[in-house]
Amino acid sequence: MTKALKKRLYKIIIAGLLFFSALILPLPPKIYLAFLIIAYLVVGLDIIRKSARNIKNGRIFDENLLMTIATLAAFAIKQYPEAVAVMLFYEVGEFFQTYAVNRSRKSIASLMNIRPDYANVIKGEDVITTAPEKVALGDTILIRPGEKVPLDGIITKGASSLDTSALTGESLPRNVEKGDQIVSGCINQGGTLEVKVTSLFKDSTVAKILELVENASAKKASVENLITRFAKYYTPTVVFLALALAVIPPLCGYLDFETWLYRAITFLVISCPCALVISVPLSFFGGIGRASREGILVKGSVYLETLAKIRCLVFDKTGTLTYGKFEVEKIIPQEGDADSLLELAAYAEAHSSHPIAVSIKKRYGKRLKLSRLTGDVEEMPGLGVKAVVDGRIIHAGNAKLMKKLNLKTPKVSAAGSLVYVAADGKYLGYLLIADQIREDAKDAFASLNNLGIKQTVMLTGDRKQIAQNIADKLKISTIFAELLPADKVNHLETCLAQNPGQVAFIGDGINDAPSLARADIGIAMGGIGSDAAIEAADIVIMDDKLSKIAAAIKIARRTLFIAKENIIFALAVKFLVLGLGAFGEVSIWAAVFADVGVSVIAILNAIRV
Amino acid sequence: MQKTYTIENLDCPNCAAELENALRDIKGINNVSISFLTQKLCIDFADDDEAVMKEVRRITNKIEPDCEITND
Repeated sequence: MTKALKKRLYKIIIAGLLFFSALILPLPPKIYLAFLIIAYLVVGLDIIRKSARNIKNGRIFDENLLMTIATLAAFAIKQYPEAVAVMLFYEVGEFFQTYAVNRSRKSIASLMNIRPDYANVIKGEDVITTAPEKVALGDTILIRPGEKVPLDGIITKGASSLDTSALTGESLPRNVEKGDQIVSGCINQGGTLEVKVTSLFKDSTVAKILELVENASAKKASVENLITRFAKYYTPTVVFLALALAVIPPLCGYLDFETWLYRAITFLVISCPCALVISVPLSFFGGIGRASREGILVKGSVYLETLAKIRCLVFDKTGTLTYGKFEVEKIIPQEGDADSLLELAAYAEAHSSHPIAVSIKKRYGKRLKLSRLTGDVEEMPGLGVKAVVDGRIIHAGNAKLMKKLNLKTPKVSAAGSLVYVAADGKYLGYLLIADQIREDAKDAFASLNNLGIKQTVMLTGDRKQIAQNIADKLKISTIFAELLPADKVNHLETCLAQNPGQVAFIGDGINDAPSLARADIGIAMGGIGSDAAIEAADIVIMDDKLSKIAAAIKIARRTLFIAKENIIFALAVKFLVLGLGAFGEVSIWAAVFADVGVSVIAILNAIRV
Repeated sequence: MQKTYTIENLDCPNCAAELENALRDIKGINNVSISFLTQKLCIDFADDDEAVMKEVRRITNKIEPDCEITND
């Protein structure tokens, strides 16, 4: 509890003791009154002062004024205990509010506990402890067990397991060893690591995430803005209504002035808008906090609001629905054995860095002796490659290449890329290379369907057959294949036109920045290590789990539901009591408890997101 | 140019909104956003921020004397 909050609590306790002893003890009238007035001043002076200050600054109508008028009027009609009770319970409500807000703040602060405090830089024989901001590119840092990884880098010595839960929500530690890329914000759980720094602190993952979360509040949801606008007109309206209530009926000769003043006070007490004004932003705050605990970063409450309404999801294929890593799935030799076919293909592709070539070399696994490559290697764009291996002329490439060589190839209807191999003009066989669908993709789509997502779309630059195969497996409703990067945005535009305000684009962020920015909501997958993704997207899923999309939508809908629930509940109770109060059916006591009660319930509801 | 500050001792979201509106009228500021819950004041400056910040502090002090603005 903060110092200011403690002071408030003491004031409430002192005033409360005085108030209850005045009510219970058989005191002489003068002392009874003195007790009540002191109690009133202890809790109420600050509020009266604030109200006076705000009036001076031209902000006349606020809840401080409501409370000041109500209590002073109660004193005027000799309702002393009521006057004190209004102030006292208003303060109790306020105290509770501040307490709840502070708790919420703390929970998000602990989420943001990923900021590293220091880095140990290895300089020759020495290890110097310094601020992460001061570490230069290429420096080697030492990370001991239990310490936070201060900067992104590559492990040069040692092996360990890293706790990435603060970043990804993933509780399973990640094993790392020499040569692995590690990101800042993780906690080293195992052995000592030496790491070569690959980015400055300001460009590091942890700095980007902190920046994102701290600015998250800059973009407010329309419900939030609506409530603040509402409060602006609400308070003056209530004050004038109360004034009218106190003056008009007695002037018309209906009942006496004192009765109507009592009713006007009740009216003012119940009308206090605090429950409404605090619980809505608190709900969104809870929603953002809840999402970040699951490794989903939301850039602002406005995105939660939009996400809750999403009906159409547009996916990029490679790297999002699939791992984006090619693997040799099948080796089918026409003659000879599979191993020698793989070997020839690997040698032919020796100099290529194309993902398919890389996958072939990876499958081959052995070191390539480049001396076996006699003669030039010729890249044939759009066809494949020609190389001389052990004196034999090897062609490796697609069906077009084989056709050009006048070679007959078997018809293959498999999803994936085919690399045909020929030696000295003779067809030898083919390799099937395919990208793998993510493990959790099927479950993710099943739960998205359960959420009532109307349309799922897949955009890919890949062949139609491959796209169709994945779409069938995952039950994706629409696919657009063989697209150029620019086509992707065009197809997204079409979806946007059909479902205005309801389209999310999900990509891995590397070349999807335009689409991420154009969609109503851009969701980037695998935020760790991809700066572009964090910048272009509205929501970043820190690990690569597709299932987090459904989780994010669920959190968004729940948040919005709770915010609306609070608005309706608070307004309903207030209007009911306001109405009853105007007809004298409600005492000041009931109004006080209704007001504080609504505040407390709304706040408790908001923090349960 | 956007900068973020910490703003403490705001009373309620309503006060935050009032202050936000008042600060938005300052010359040299494109946009202002105050989050009551994260206690962040986010200012998008059009001009030199030093001079503008002085005015921001002056207005804040007038409207919410209890508030403290600190650099992050």
